[in-house]
Parts: sequence; C-alpha cells; structure tokens
Amino acid sequence: MTGKLTAGLVIAVPIALFGLLGPLVVQDPSRVDDIGLTAPAAGHLLGTTQTGQDVLAQLAYATRGSLIVGAVVGVLTLLLSGFFGIVGAYAGGWLDEAFSLFINVMLVIPGLPVVIVISAYLPDRSLLLVSLVLAITGWAGSARVLRGSTLSLRNRDYVLASRVAGEKRWRIILVEILPNLVPLLASQVVFAVIFAILGEAGLSYLGLGASESFTWGTMLYYAQNGLALRLGAWWWFVPPGLLLALFGAALALINFSIDEIIDPKLRNQTRAARRGWRMSREQLRRAREVTL
Amino acid sequence: MRHLLRKLGFYAVALWAALTVNFAIPRMMPGDPVEIMLSKMGQKGPVTVETRRAIEALLGSDSSRPIWSQYADYLAGLAHGDLGVSLVFFPAPVSSIIGQTLPWTIGLIGLATIISFLTGVGLGTLAGWKRGSWTDNLIPVTTMFQSVPYFWLALILLFVFGSIWPVFPLNGGYDVYDVTPGWNGRFLGSVVYYGTLPALTIIISSIGGWMLGMRNMMVSTLSEDYMITAEAKGLRPGRIMRRYAARNAILPSISGFAISLGFVVAGSIVTEAVFSYPGIGSALLQAVGGNDYALMQGVFLIITLSVLGANLIVDLLYSVIDPRTRVTS
Repeated sequence: MTGKLTAGLVIAVPIALFGLLGPLVVQDPSRVDDIGLTAPAAGHLLGTTQTGQDVLAQLAYATRGSLIVGAVVGVLTLLLSGFFGIVGAYAGGWLDEAFSLFINVMLVIPGLPVVIVISAYLPDRSLLLVSLVLAITGWAGSARVLRGSTLSLRNRDYVLASRVAGEKRWRIILVEILPNLVPLLASQVVFAVIFAILGEAGLSYLGLGASESFTWGTMLYYAQNGLALRLGAWWWFVPPGLLLALFGAALALINFSIDEIIDPKLRNQTRAARRGWRMSREQLRRAREVTL
Repeated sequence: MRHLLRKLGFYAVALWAALTVNFAIPRMMPGDPVEIMLSKMGQKGPVTVETRRAIEALLGSDSSRPIWSQYADYLAGLAHGDLGVSLVFFPAPVSSIIGQTLPWTIGLIGLATIISFLTGVGLGTLAGWKRGSWTDNLIPVTTMFQSVPYFWLALILLFVFGSIWPVFPLNGGYDVYDVTPGWNGRFLGSVVYYGTLPALTIIISSIGGWMLGMRNMMVSTLSEDYMITAEAKGLRPGRIMRRYAARNAILPSISGFAISLGFVVAGSIVTEAVFSYPGIGSALLQAVGGNDYALMQGVFLIITLSVLGANLIVDLLYSVIDPRTRVTS
C-alpha cells in the first residue's frame, strides 16, 4: 500500500459513500423555499440556492448522479475496449487490421464535438443516454493501449505452449492473456471514469447534459445561470467544483499507484521516499550521484 | 514511400468516416431538423428554393428519395464548399462564419498547445533526468490541475484575475471599442492581452499530461544500453540528456498527440464558452442554442477536419524524426 494509493482512497471513498448514502438522509433537493441565497447556517449546512433549495441536498444527489455516469461509462469502456483491443490483437490477420483501423479512426475524431452535436438533436436526455454517448466516443484510447499489450503477450512462450497444447481460442484469451492485462485494464477503467465525469460536467455546464437530474456539472450550470459568481455565493459554486476536482485527483492518484504496480521502474525515487528507507546521509549523497 | 501511402490511406478512411458521421447523425436522430430550421428561417426572411435544397442535402429530409442519392447530393455539396445558410447569423452562409471564427480558435489552441507541449516536455525531461529533484515533485501538482475541469479552472481564473484583481478583461477576443481589426500593433497587442487568460487555462490543464509522459519515458530510456555507452564515451551530461535520452524519450509524446489534441479541442470549446471568445467553439454553442443545425454540422465538420489535418502533419513529422517507422516490417 503506497502513499499515493492511501491518499487516493482516503479522498475517493468518503466521496463515493456520500453519493451512495447522502441522498437517503438529506431533504428533497428540488424543494423551493423563500430563503434564497442564504449563507451556510445551522438549518442549511451549505446554504441555499437562489430559489432556496438546500445546496447540501443538491450536492448529495449530484454526487450520486456523477458517480452513476462514471460507473456506467467505466463498465462500457471496459467491454468495448476489451473486445476491440484484445480480441482483434489476438486473432490477428484481417480482423486485427479492421479493428485497428476502426480504433484509430475513432481516436482521431474528437469526442466532445460529437457528443455536443448528438445532444443537440435529442430534446430529452436521461443520465444513461448521456453516459452511453460518452462511452461510445471515449473508449478508443483504452482499446489502443490494450491492443499494444496483447500484441506483445500473444507471442510469449506460455501462450504459444497453450496453443500447441490445443486449448480453445476463447480459453487462451480469457485464462492465459486476460489475467496479465488486469492491472492495465484497471488503470484504463479508472482513466475512463475520470474522463466520463469530467466530460459530463463539461457537457452539463454547456447546458447539454442530462435533463431533470442532478450532477456536479448541472449544479455548476445552475450556479452560473443564477449569477452565483457575480453575487459572491461561493457556497453554491465552490462545493461541486471542489468535489469534482478532488474526486478526479483521487482517481488520478489511484491510477498512478496502479501504474507503478505495472511498471516498477516508475516507482517513486524522491528524496522523501529514500529517507523512508532509513538511508544514512552518506548513502543519500551517493544515491544522488547515481541517479544523475 | 509505402509507409507514406499507408498513412495517407488511413487519413482518407478517417476523412470518409468523419464525413459519413456528419451525414448520418442528423438523419438518425428523432425529429425533423429541416422543418425546424426552415420554419425559423421563414420568420427572418424569404427562403429561396436553393437554400431549401442545400439544407435538405445537408440534414436529410423525409422525402422518399433513397439514402444513397441523398449521400451523393451531400458529398457534391461539400465538394463545392456549400455548407448551407446559417440561421443564427441569417442570411450569412455557414462557410463565411467558419472563416471568421476559425482563425481565432486556431491561434488560441495552436499557441497554447505549443507552449504547453514545449514547457511540459522540457520540465518532464529534467524531472526524469534528475529523479527526486524539485521538478519531480512538481509532477503531482500538475497532474492535480489536469483532473480539474477546464471550465472550473477558467471560472476560477476569471473570478481571481477578472473580478477580484481586475488585471485581465472578462470576455471577448479583442478590445471592440478602441481597436480596429487588421495587421497593426495595437490590434495584435489587444488580441494577446485578451487571449492570455483562455490560453493560460488550456496550458495549466494540459501541461501535466506532457510532463508525466515525458518523465516516465525518460526514466525508461535512462536504463537503455546506449545510455551507458554514451556515458562511457565521456560525453558531457547535457549532451547525453538532450541527444541521447530526450531525443528517444520524446517519440511517444509526439505520437500521443492524436489523443491529446481531441482533449484540447474539447477543452477549448468549453473555455471559449466561459470567456465568450469569438472562436469556433462559441459558434458551435450558439448554433446549438439556436437550433441552427446547418451551422452546427458545418462547425463539427471543420473541427473534425482540423484535428485530422493536425494529426496528419504530426504523423508525417514523426516518420521524419523516427526512421524506424519508415521501414516496413
């Protein structure tokens, strides 16, 4: 358990729990009251919006909404990139060529403009629909990474051995190759979740997100439209943005520690880390010369 | 030569895919964009038969014509550069609006991306070369910034430097009251002044990726055998760092440009929205807001083509700096 992983989990888990359990205890996030734009106080721990809705309640539902988007896109990315990346690279031949071409074309077509255009045509967008569109436009990068690793794995001796032993293709992929890709898959999924949550927030901020639902992005959209920035209502626009940034950073930290598991070369070599190994000052000085 | 043809072939396929996506989206979606557009257009002025036909070719109509002949019409229209007439900016043609807004975006994204790339790669080189130095500790900080959404960062920058300390202007591309557009010093100065905050947003958010990628590749490159050879030859450390390590470590950063450019374009659309920058992202959002489907399709097409073009240039450049890719296996 590295420091990065601990820090990431310490930030991410409470936010996830807040999204899971928060909506059960807070009041109705849409309930309008006649105390508009009040600063945080005992009744409303994070103050109220322009129309007197409780910001904390909205934040709880928004956290849940953003996490749903992240989870759905994460699962879909796992399936799509796994299928196109691993199956194509293992099969080889024209199938690999076709899949690889498809992945690369999807990769060079920029995602957000497609999402904006599709959203513009759809008057009613559910949270699931937005997630689906984000997943379709965002899986290609992961697929390319997976394809690269699968290409190097499929020619390893133990894979060739199991092929000679007459194992079925799907079994080789699932039992011999897939377990070696698990850390890579994990880091790609975490990356996809970050991408999805940020993408959804951007889309919602432009007013093109899911209608009739709360996410961090829609909260910021309403705060912006309610002139929260101009009126100095920091309790309205700071919490969703802060949670967004913190959650993204926490996932990035988790991703780093996964990357370090995959590639030990990347492990931390800072002076602080070396001090943790109880090296003497003399050893530290020598180590610095070695890395130079 | 074969490598070059392969590359060009790929971009031809990508171009075709982009055109087809642009053709298919409005036709696959529910509702009738042509009727919505034409009825709104009718309120602004008389709609000629040619306009109607151009919009139908672009967005598809419910007439009983087979899809293949619609596709042929659409491609023929594009070949003539005919993207239809804008609704929001009626009666200006879509192509002229794109012509006005595209230079702003290319200038903003282009400069910001180049600055961010050069600084990020430079700092990443140093961080990987001297692992454990202060530049290495900078990496977590920049990656934090990367997980901060573009628009949130833009809002904060705007709040701090526009409202609290009014150092930079709140929105726009240049001083519309005092300066006349043209190739004169005052206009260019104004553009730079107004573009600082948007560019800063893009640079801060994207620099972390370049830095981290470069640092990690440097670390991998440093353990190669030719590094030991270079050291054994007694070369100066600066030369080893630049010519031996950085030169090889930069290759994935350059080939990763394709992925990152999509993110930068996406981020800049949102950034332009925050700063009301007169670029193509703002045009896209105005089109979306006003149900201007012709402008929307045109802008989408141009954004996609620009990204494709930039990638083609980077790809060709890549085969110049990495001779291994030219050898066909």
